[in-house]
Amino acid sequence: MLPQTRTARLALVAGFVALALLPLVLPPFYLMLGSTAFVAATFALSLQLLVGGTGLVSLGHAAFFGIAAYSVYLISPGDTPLSVFVTLPVAMIAAGLSALVIGAFALRTRTFFFLMVTLAFGQMVYFVFHDTGLGGGADGVFAPRPILGIEGFSLPMGRRERGLTLYYVNLAVMAATFLVLAGVLASLFGRVLVGIRVNEHRMRMLGYDVYAYKLAAFTLAGALAGLAGHMFVVQEGFVNPELVGWHRSAEALLIIILGGLGTLVGPILGAIALTALGEASQQLTERQLLVEGLVILAVVLVLPRGLAGLFSRRARSAVAVEVATAEDTPTAQTGPLGAAAPVRTEAAP
Amino acid sequence: MSAPAAPSPALSARGLTRRFGGLVAVRDVDLDLTVGELHAVIGPNGAGKSTLINLLSGDLAPTAGEIRIGGTDVAGWPAFRIARRGVGRSYQRTNILGELTVLENVRLAAQRGRTTVGGLLAPAGRRRDIVAAAEAALATVGLASRAARTAGLLSHGEQRQLEIAMTLATEPTILLLDEPLAGMGPEEAEATGRLIAGLATRHAVLLVEHDMDVVFAIAKRVTVMVNGAVIATGLPDAVRADPQVRIAYLGEDA
Repeated sequence: MLPQTRTARLALVAGFVALALLPLVLPPFYLMLGSTAFVAATFALSLQLLVGGTGLVSLGHAAFFGIAAYSVYLISPGDTPLSVFVTLPVAMIAAGLSALVIGAFALRTRTFFFLMVTLAFGQMVYFVFHDTGLGGGADGVFAPRPILGIEGFSLPMGRRERGLTLYYVNLAVMAATFLVLAGVLASLFGRVLVGIRVNEHRMRMLGYDVYAYKLAAFTLAGALAGLAGHMFVVQEGFVNPELVGWHRSAEALLIIILGGLGTLVGPILGAIALTALGEASQQLTERQLLVEGLVILAVVLVLPRGLAGLFSRRARSAVAVEVATAEDTPTAQTGPLGAAAPVRTEAAP
Repeated sequence: MSAPAAPSPALSARGLTRRFGGLVAVRDVDLDLTVGELHAVIGPNGAGKSTLINLLSGDLAPTAGEIRIGGTDVAGWPAFRIARRGVGRSYQRTNILGELTVLENVRLAAQRGRTTVGGLLAPAGRRRDIVAAAEAALATVGLASRAARTAGLLSHGEQRQLEIAMTLATEPTILLLDEPLAGMGPEEAEATGRLIAGLATRHAVLLVEHDMDVVFAIAKRVTVMVNGAVIATGLPDAVRADPQVRIAYLGEDA
């Protein structure tokens, strides 16, 4: 899933380097915004494994984001923050296990029914947090931010330094998620997921236990959503039921569509674009949602392959030539994830 | 049904029946598939041939009857487990992974039996053995030069050949071929017919096919189905001469 042409790899690295250098020129306020975008991108990346990778469109993915966030609050005694080395594994395992259980049921269904069942499970989790005193009820509750390190040796999280620290930490988390998913999709396991997206029935007739593969993907995606949810608490220091609501799931889908359905770069581009768009429209007008909606509509109409499609056109012809000589490199294709790795992952903001 | 020529059949079905509501698509069919004996099933449209294959492959669960593979009754098993028992099939309507390359189609087929759960996170490109097996299967059907093409862009005949390559790459002992020659030109059909005849020496092959020239040229045993039931089975010449078959299906000038 990593870019396979040299230009594409360079573009990707250049993109990440540019993001890493951005704080030199950005005013502090925008650091926070950037780090919010990285958390959203990490979350959308985790969903992309299901949507673009396996062909599973879920509307309940925020459940795992929220469960991870709440689990940070629930294991922190009183107002005492715990080390990230404790909270992160707990949050990801909690999210992953929840995904395993919910997936075990939801994956009995397919297509539209899967969408509805995941939505229903998501809303169930939402109401658990909304209607019980488990995590502050409807209003949510402040959660102690995990310490980024161990007691006595940790990254600076004071009011002044927080913006810069979180920017880099969340950038690193996003990059790590990207690399993990790129590795997964290039693996034997990931190739089967792509096969399932393209033709599930055929994969079954080749002898693949499609249900088990889907469940493994769903669990991994849940754990990675948990990573994003955990980083949300580190950044914001609170949890509320809105983290679990279907709006958040839908927003991640929107990010994927905006950025490009078939790529791993897409969720990153989409998250940055959506965050920037939200901020810009908020500053320009009081009708924030209207402006956002119109812009997104326009982008989707003009760029059916999303923002990532902008960057792939030229690379594709280059890739097609290269593929003719390579033995096991898939041809450049306009289809979603996995069919043509080079095209998809090379673009970077 | 007469006893099979070879010692023990790789697959044997007894009393296989499938109902769709009031319609009996397959009625009380007995069938043996033996390695080295190409078994063709013919019959008019709607005779239940495809349903029979769907039952044997697990695409459909039988209403009644048993399907024995190596002594185990697999009737009603999920399709993927039947596939793992060594049953490979091709489809009447092309059923490939159209978005992926030709090689990736076959590579995925070859991958299934060659991996363990623990090894699944290895990069796919690093398992040269799987790629080599896929390339070998492509070479067998004559598609080696098309490996890097997008499967959905192949010609119809090539897609049919790809189907066979995918089925072969799973290294099945039992091959169920549902009209593999459908839509092929005469030359392609003849070449594919020869290929199938060759495969039958190492596999137990069930061939459902409308091309009578090819069927009677390569089949060692022919079964005729009409309205879901077997009306005749035996050596090709005997079946061809069977008066019932001539009336029901082949026509007087066959």
